[in-house]
Amino acid sequence: MTYLAKPRLHHPALPVNKLGYTRRDYEGKVSTLCAGCGHDSISAAIIQACWELDLEPHRLAKLSGIGCSSKTPDYFLGNSHGFNAVHGRMPSVATGANLANRDLVYLGVSGDGDSASIGIGQFAHVMRRGLNMTYIVENNGVYGLTKGQFSATADRGSKSKRGAVNADSPIDLVSLALQLGATFVARSFSGDKRQLVPLIKAALAHRGAALIDVISPCVAFNNHAGSTKSYDYVREHNTAVNRLDFWPSRDAITVNYGEGEAIDVLQHDGSVLRLCKTHAEYDPTERLAAMDLIARHQAKGELLTGLLYLDPGAEDLHQHLNTVAVPLNSLGTADLCPGSQILERINASLR
Amino acid sequence: MKPTDIHTPDYFHKVVDCQWACPAHTPVPEYIRLIAAGRYGDAYMINWKANVFPGILGRTCDRPCEPACRRARVEENNVDAGGAGESASGQTGSSAKPEPVAICRLKRVAADYKDDIRPRLPRRAAVMNGKKIACVGAGPASLTVARDLAPLGYRVVVFDRDPRAGGMIWSQIPRFRLPMEVIDEEVGYILDLGVEFRGGTEIQSMKALLAQDWDAVFIGSGAPRGRDLDIPGRREAAKNIHIGIDWLSSVSFGHVERIGRRVIVLGGGNTAMDCCRTSRRLGGEDVKVVVRSGFEEMKASPWEKEDAMREGIPMLNMLVPKEFTHEKGRLTGVLFEKVKAVHDEKGRRRLVPTGEPDQHLECDDVLVAVGQENAFPWIERDIGIRFDEKWGMPVVDETTMQTTLARVFVGGDAAFGPKNIIWAVAHGHDAAISIDKFLNGEDVRERPAPTVNLVSQKMGIHEWSYDNEVAADLRYKVPHRDQKIALKDIKVEVELGFDPKLGFKEAQRCLNCDVQTVFKPKLCIEFDACVDICPMDCITFTANGEEKELRTRLNAPARNLAQDLYVSDVLKTGLIMAKDEDVCLHCGLCAERCPTGAWDMQKFFLELAHAGPACRPGVTTKTAIPVRKAA
Ligand SMILES: Cc1cc2nc3c(=O)[nH]c(=O)nc-3n(C[C@H](O)[C@H](O)[C@H](O)COP(=O)(O)OP(=O)(O)OC[C@H]3O[C@@H](n4cnc5c(N)ncnc54)[C@H](O)[C@@H]3O)c2cc1C
Ligand SMILES: Cc1ncc(C[n+]2csc(CCOP(=O)(O)OP(=O)(O)O)c2C)c(N)n1
Ligand code: SF4
Ligand code: SF4
Ligand code: SF4
Ligand SMILES: [Mg+2]
Repeated sequence: MTYLAKPRLHHPALPVNKLGYTRRDYEGKVSTLCAGCGHDSISAAIIQACWELDLEPHRLAKLSGIGCSSKTPDYFLGNSHGFNAVHGRMPSVATGANLANRDLVYLGVSGDGDSASIGIGQFAHVMRRGLNMTYIVENNGVYGLTKGQFSATADRGSKSKRGAVNADSPIDLVSLALQLGATFVARSFSGDKRQLVPLIKAALAHRGAALIDVISPCVAFNNHAGSTKSYDYVREHNTAVNRLDFWPSRDAITVNYGEGEAIDVLQHDGSVLRLCKTHAEYDPTERLAAMDLIARHQAKGELLTGLLYLDPGAEDLHQHLNTVAVPLNSLGTADLCPGSQILERINASLR
Repeated sequence: MKPTDIHTPDYFHKVVDCQWACPAHTPVPEYIRLIAAGRYGDAYMINWKANVFPGILGRTCDRPCEPACRRARVEENNVDAGGAGESASGQTGSSAKPEPVAICRLKRVAADYKDDIRPRLPRRAAVMNGKKIACVGAGPASLTVARDLAPLGYRVVVFDRDPRAGGMIWSQIPRFRLPMEVIDEEVGYILDLGVEFRGGTEIQSMKALLAQDWDAVFIGSGAPRGRDLDIPGRREAAKNIHIGIDWLSSVSFGHVERIGRRVIVLGGGNTAMDCCRTSRRLGGEDVKVVVRSGFEEMKASPWEKEDAMREGIPMLNMLVPKEFTHEKGRLTGVLFEKVKAVHDEKGRRRLVPTGEPDQHLECDDVLVAVGQENAFPWIERDIGIRFDEKWGMPVVDETTMQTTLARVFVGGDAAFGPKNIIWAVAHGHDAAISIDKFLNGEDVRERPAPTVNLVSQKMGIHEWSYDNEVAADLRYKVPHRDQKIALKDIKVEVELGFDPKLGFKEAQRCLNCDVQTVFKPKLCIEFDACVDICPMDCITFTANGEEKELRTRLNAPARNLAQDLYVSDVLKTGLIMAKDEDVCLHCGLCAERCPTGAWDMQKFFLELAHAGPACRPGVTTKTAIPVRKAA
């Protein structure tokens, strides 16, 4: 961690986005995490993605639970809305907020402890309901904040810093999300921003429940030999199924690939996801095949990363519930209190 | 690119922009930190050792260091955005534009608030070495030679035709910019080393001088001749037309005390600025500076122009003097031709008449300040000192300051034409080394290396032995004396100097460019924590390439070619680390964020060698100038 505020000075030639903001305008307070924490790299990727998307900071709400990972929303997007919920309860708060104001962009940031241990129930329901949000799990396999106990995502057989061996089966959040009906599922690595930034951009543009499981080494408690979430281990066992380019629209596309090298997927909001294949037979719109391949790699101790599954025609909770199309705070008295005549009519229909 | 060799002294020296730009390579950030710490005496001694005249330079230096200072570059495009100016809004006396640290005026803070430093000065030589050196002229060049050599046991005699030592420092620079006490103090430190000053002695023949038993002679006679303006009316109105530098020295001598009510100063350099401001104090009420060039092209430093205009002196540009008008032997004014600048095909700028009618400006006196020249009528051309006849200048080796006559050396304005005090000092140091080596039978061309030191500043996990927080403040202005008082008395100093509080605040603007980012590739695990935290996007991990191409694909394009790229060896993933030194804040955040310590902040201290046994290989005695190593 650093005690000094990062100087506000920036490079004189730092570019601005369409809104006239530099990347630095998307930063938050200086991080208090351990130097080298993977979570800080993810914050940097979120900043980069939001800047590239020309997102107005006041249009985004960042929500989190408890944990080192859940502290990070303080370290990015200092001008956005934020809510720090109790441990494992971020999904309920996000659900409430989203139902009340569907116009904001919702970004949940959680940890493997927060989501796979105490918050597993909440995690499961927010995925199956298809809440329109981006859910980033900063997955380090330990409870970082409480000094490194194994979390529920720690692999069986992996060793703690003190040498204890984990005997329990791991929860794989990616497989779980796929099973529960998430419509955008990806996995990445905090040490690979080239892969992570486009995934975050695509997830933010996705309408529906979007999970990104980001392996994020804990330098203090889980970066040693014998850990399966260390920088070295992940670098050695990482297989990317594709490389993603994100384009806000078809006209914005500036890179072209040869025939058969890449596929384009169009999302609801008009954005285009261009997937450059690095794994020949992988089709990210095939849910069962995805689950199968993920499980096979997991069994070998390999990590499959990239955009693992996408349902381009996804629906979200608002569609399921047929809610009103505007934020509740924009409804006036006339909308909310339609008068005694209408009340009469409703009552009559119930008699 | 090849990996950077950070052990060549020049590499990190260049990163310390101010020190690199200072002709005497003063360790600027070191003394600025000492000022911030209230250790004025220590700050003074760092300066004294490097530039000999901290109190004088702190008021008058041409400050080549300031245009080079990194602070102005990093404030670029940050001031309006409030980036630098968060606390600056309420700041008194600040200007809302990118500006360097007030390096020069901070030097004055050290001089003003130091305690008695005399016990720290070198002692008179206990034993003389029997060698005698004559210095012609008592300007800063000669005085530097004397300071460097006298403590080593040389008998140094300084001759000047003026009765006082100091050269143009006292004869030209007016007292309202530089009080006499400051000159007396700092010249005194040198003469007190046992240097003999023979004032009122003009050297009229070099041949005769060389015939005496001097082991070496140093020419520090300056560029004493003011250029004249030979246009119609010059002779007829001569009584009221004065050569600027002659007139200024007459004022310093007390021979001139008044000037007419209406004064025209011809010329746009620093001499013109001193002429017009001096006139304002000697009865000139309507004083104008008239220049043939445009305002921007004027040679005077921007701050000198500003100071003159603040005293109600207009600058009239694009007017070429054509004739001095006169009536019955009395000057009545000057006739000017109006010109404009045109650029020819080659882009060269030329002044051509606009065709408008000439302009006549009335006045009572004219001061001609259109340039300065060297003159060596006292050096015979047949004694082995070769001259470049086209320029009338002696042929001088730029490194050793030696002439073609081995025991004769030159420095200051006499060497390569008029420059400034700090260059005269730098030449003096170089000449002193050469003289010392020469008189010890050594090769003067073999130059001593500087003393270099690189030390980690790490004290704890997030603790450094320097203040790495970057102050947001914009440059503070030096307070001035009330003009009503300042214009009444030529001896009243205009600038009041920073008080300790303002001095501290200004010192905090310094970025500590000498505290270097040192990268150890073997420790790097390449996951970008430093890249993410760096506020200036200095660091990139990327594939290697040719410098020109590499510069285009860094996180922020490296467009300032005057600043180097720091490139590492190939890392584990096959990439390299490339850091653009250009706008690094030396904030140390990269080093704080790196979990493996691949980055460290290390203080680079470089001191030039000065004359003494240490410059002579084979001689092991310690150098005779005891200067404390600062923190
Ligand atoms: C009006 C004016 C203002 C200036 N302001 C500044 C300023 O603010 N800052 C700055 O850095 N520089 C300034 N300068 C320039 C600066 O004064 C000179 O560059 C510097 O003094 C040169 O130092 P020097 O040692 O070469 O010789 P000088 O200072 O010129 O000294 C030479 C001395 O040699 C003596 N001399 C010459 N010939 C003989 C002889 N034959 N026998 C005996 N004695 C002799 C002269 O009397 C003189 O005293 C200014 C110059 C002028 C004219
Ligand atoms: C209700 C409740 N139970 C337990 C805790 C203690 N606690 C704080 S953080 C944490 C684990 C966080 O782990 P994770 O989500 O993986 O975050 P990390 O610190 O690893 O990023 C726990 C158990 C708590 N704060 N609240
Ligand atoms: S910021 Fe300080 S160290 Fe850097 S160039 Fe300016 S004065 Fe020198
Ligand atoms: S002596 Fe002059 S040039 Fe050198 S650092 Fe000081 S002010 Fe700058
Ligand atoms: S010291 Fe390090 S973090 Fe600070 S600006 Fe320089 S490279 Fe960037
Ligand atoms: Mg965790």
